Amino acid sequence: MTTAATVHEAADNSEGAGPYALSHLDALESEAVHIFREVAGEFERPVILFSGGKDSIVMLHLALKAFAPAAIPFSLLHVDTGHNFPEVIEYRDRTAEKHNLRLHVASVQDYIDRGVLRERPDGTRNPLQTVPLTEKIQSEKFDAVFGGGRRDEEKARAKERVFSLRDEFSQWDPRRQRPELWNLYNGRHAPGEHVRVFPLSNWTELDVWQYIAREGIELPEIYFAHEREVFQRGGMWLTAGEWGGPKDGETVEKRLIRYRTVGDMSCTGAVDSDAVTLDQVITEIAASRLTERGATRADDKLSEAAMEDRKREGYF
Amino acid sequence: MSTTTPEELSATTLLRFATAGSVDDGKSTLVGRLLHDSKSILTDQLEAVERASVSRGQEAPDLALLTDGLRAEREQGITIDVAYRYFATPRRRFILADTPGHVQYTRNMVTGASTAELTVILVDARNGVVEQTRRHAAIAALLRVPHVVLAVNKMDLVDYQESVFAAIAQEFTAYALELGVPEITAIPISALAGDNVVDPSANMDWYGGPTFLEHLETVPVSHDLSHCHARLPVQYVIRPQTAEHPDYRGYAGQIAAGSFHVGEAVTVLPSGRTSRISGIDLLGKPVDVAWTTQSVTLLLEDDIDISRGDLIVPSKDAPATTQDVDATVCHVADQPLTVGHRVLLKHGTRTVKAIVKDIPSRLTLDDLSLHPHPGQLVANDIGRVTIRTAEPLPLDSYADSRRTGSFILIDPADGTTLTAGMVGESFASPDPVKDEADDDGWDF
Repeated sequence: MTTAATVHEAADNSEGAGPYALSHLDALESEAVHIFREVAGEFERPVILFSGGKDSIVMLHLALKAFAPAAIPFSLLHVDTGHNFPEVIEYRDRTAEKHNLRLHVASVQDYIDRGVLRERPDGTRNPLQTVPLTEKIQSEKFDAVFGGGRRDEEKARAKERVFSLRDEFSQWDPRRQRPELWNLYNGRHAPGEHVRVFPLSNWTELDVWQYIAREGIELPEIYFAHEREVFQRGGMWLTAGEWGGPKDGETVEKRLIRYRTVGDMSCTGAVDSDAVTLDQVITEIAASRLTERGATRADDKLSEAAMEDRKREGYF
Repeated sequence: MSTTTPEELSATTLLRFATAGSVDDGKSTLVGRLLHDSKSILTDQLEAVERASVSRGQEAPDLALLTDGLRAEREQGITIDVAYRYFATPRRRFILADTPGHVQYTRNMVTGASTAELTVILVDARNGVVEQTRRHAAIAALLRVPHVVLAVNKMDLVDYQESVFAAIAQEFTAYALELGVPEITAIPISALAGDNVVDPSANMDWYGGPTFLEHLETVPVSHDLSHCHARLPVQYVIRPQTAEHPDYRGYAGQIAAGSFHVGEAVTVLPSGRTSRISGIDLLGKPVDVAWTTQSVTLLLEDDIDISRGDLIVPSKDAPATTQDVDATVCHVADQPLTVGHRVLLKHGTRTVKAIVKDIPSRLTLDDLSLHPHPGQLVANDIGRVTIRTAEPLPLDSYADSRRTGSFILIDPADGTTLTAGMVGESFASPDPVKDEADDDGWDF
C-alpha cells in the first residue's frame, strides 16, 4: 500500500525521534510532575504515602523536583505494620528529617495492642493496614493521598485511574470510575471523601530503576545483594526474625539475596541475586522472567482477585 | 533480551497508542502476540493465565485474562474498562490503551484515543470494512489521532492474496481521508500465524512496507513545533520565600503545545497582561528553550498578577477569549446531558461555571447521519453542543491543539465527569461526507 511506503520513508530519517521528542523517562517524569502540581493546585491537605520502598522514594524525588526551589507542600504518611525492615524505617526517618517534612505514622502494632485489630493466623499483616490507613486519612482530613502504585504491577491496578475517588470508608468501586480524558484530571469530591492519586501509573518496574539510576537516588541497602538469614515459605525466601518465622519444619540458611520490593517482612520475599550496583539490578530485571509481585509477594497469590478485594476495601 | 544494555534501554522514546476492535477481529490475539513476542508476558503471568484458562475449561491460554483484571470482567468474560498495557523493545517504550469492543464502547475508545499518538483499527480480511470499522475511523478522526494503522488481519484465511488486502486498504483509506485522518498506514497481517506482526511474512512478498511492530517503533512521536501555538496553562505559583530565594516567583506548568524561549514576549490570559520570559527552569536545570510536553517553571521580567488557571502564550500568537463555546462532545456519564444543564467546565488548569445552551445535533457514528435537536445526550452519544461560560476562556480549536482545544464537563452536584469536549469543527475537512439522503451540506 502506498500510504505505508510513504510513512516508512519519513520515519527512516529520524527513527521516529525528532529534535523535540522526549526520552521515555523525561516524558514519564514530566507527566508525574504535572500530576503533583495539579494536586497542589486543587486540594487542601495532600499527603504522600511514604514507606521507604523504591516507588515511594521516586514519588518523593519527583515531588521535590516539581516544587523546587520551594518546599513540598505535602506531608508524608507511613502505615507501619510493625514488621517493617529496620533498614527501611531508618531510611524513612532520615529522609523525612533531611527534607524537613512532617511524617505521620499509622501503626498496625498499636491497633493490635489496643485490641482493635487481631493478628491473622498466618502472621501476615499486609491486609491489616487498611483500617489504620483509613482512620488516619479521616482524622487528619487528608483530601488527596499519593500512592506509588503502578498499573504494570498487577491486573486490578491496571484498571486504576490516576485520580481515584474513595468514599469515607476508602472503598474503591471499579465500576464507578471517572473516565480520564487527555490530561484533564477531575479531583471533585464531597466532604469526607478523598482522592487517591497515582503519579507513577504509567511507569514500569524497569522505568523506576532506570530513573533511580539516572537521577542518582539513594535507596535502602536491602535493594542490593547482601547475605541474609532466610527460610523458605510458600516458594519464597523470607527474612528470619521476631515477626514469626521460621516455624517448625522451616530451616534457616544464609543466602546471597536482595529485595525487589519492600513491604511487610511477613509477606515480602527476597530473590537470589548478586546485583550490587544499580546497573546490575537493571540488567537483572530486564532479563527476569517473573514480575516483581509474582516473585516477591505472598499475599497476591491468595486468589485471582486478592489485590482487587484489598483495593475495594481501601488498601493502597 | 539479555543483550540489551542499561544505556540502550534508557535511550528510547515513548509511544502511546490505542487499539480498537472486537474479540472477533483478533485484537486479543494481536495484542497477545505483541506482548509475547516482545517478551513482555512473564512466566508467572502466563502460568496464572494458563491456570485460570484450564479452570474455565478452555483449551488454549486466554490472553484476555492478562488484563481483564476485575472479577466482574473475568466472570462475564468481557472487558469492561480501558486496560493499559506496557511493553518495550530496544527501540521504544509503549503504552497501549486497549479499549473493549462491547460495553461502553464509544466512551472507552474516546478515552483511549484522547492521549494516543496512534490508533490501530483491526479488520477481518474476510469481512473487509464493516460498520464497526467506520465507527472506529470516525472516532479516530474526531479525536484527531495523528497516526492511524489499519491492520488487515487473518490474511492467512484469504490465502494471503494481495488483491483482497489492496481492496480493503483502498476502501478504508478513502473513507478515513474524507474524515480528515491525516495519515493512514495499512498493513496485512495474520496475528495468529505471526505474519507481519513482529517478523516480515514469508507468505506476502508482494508487501514492501514495515511490519506492525516496526511501524510502531519508527512512527514519529514529535512534530514540527514551529507551526504550533505555544501554550502554558499555569498549574501552580512557586514562591519559596526563603532567605536563599527571597524574590523567586515561578509559574509552574506542563507546556501543552509548542515551545517557549527566554526573551520571548508573552501575554497572560484571560487578563491580557504582558511581560517577557526571563528564565525557564526545567525541573532544576535552567534552559533557553522548552517545548511540549515538558513540565517547566517560567520566570517573567515583571511582577504581574498570575495565578493557577491562567494561560501563558506568546504575545504574537494569543488566542481570543470567549464565553461562548461551540464544540463536539462525547457524553461519558450515565446521567444525561440536557439543554439548560448547569455544569463545571475544566479547560487546561481552569474550572469555571457553565451552562449548556443548546444541543443542536447528535451524530450516529455508523453512517455519520445527524439527528437535529435531540434534547439530550446519553452515555456514549456524540453530539454538538453550545455552552456559555461564566468567565472568558482562551480556547483554541481542537484541530489546532489537542490539549488546549479540549475540555471536560463536570456535574457540580456529585463531581461526575459528564462529557469530553472538543472545540470547533468535528472533522478536519470542511465537507467530509456526502449523505445521500440529505445532500444539503454537512456542517457537523
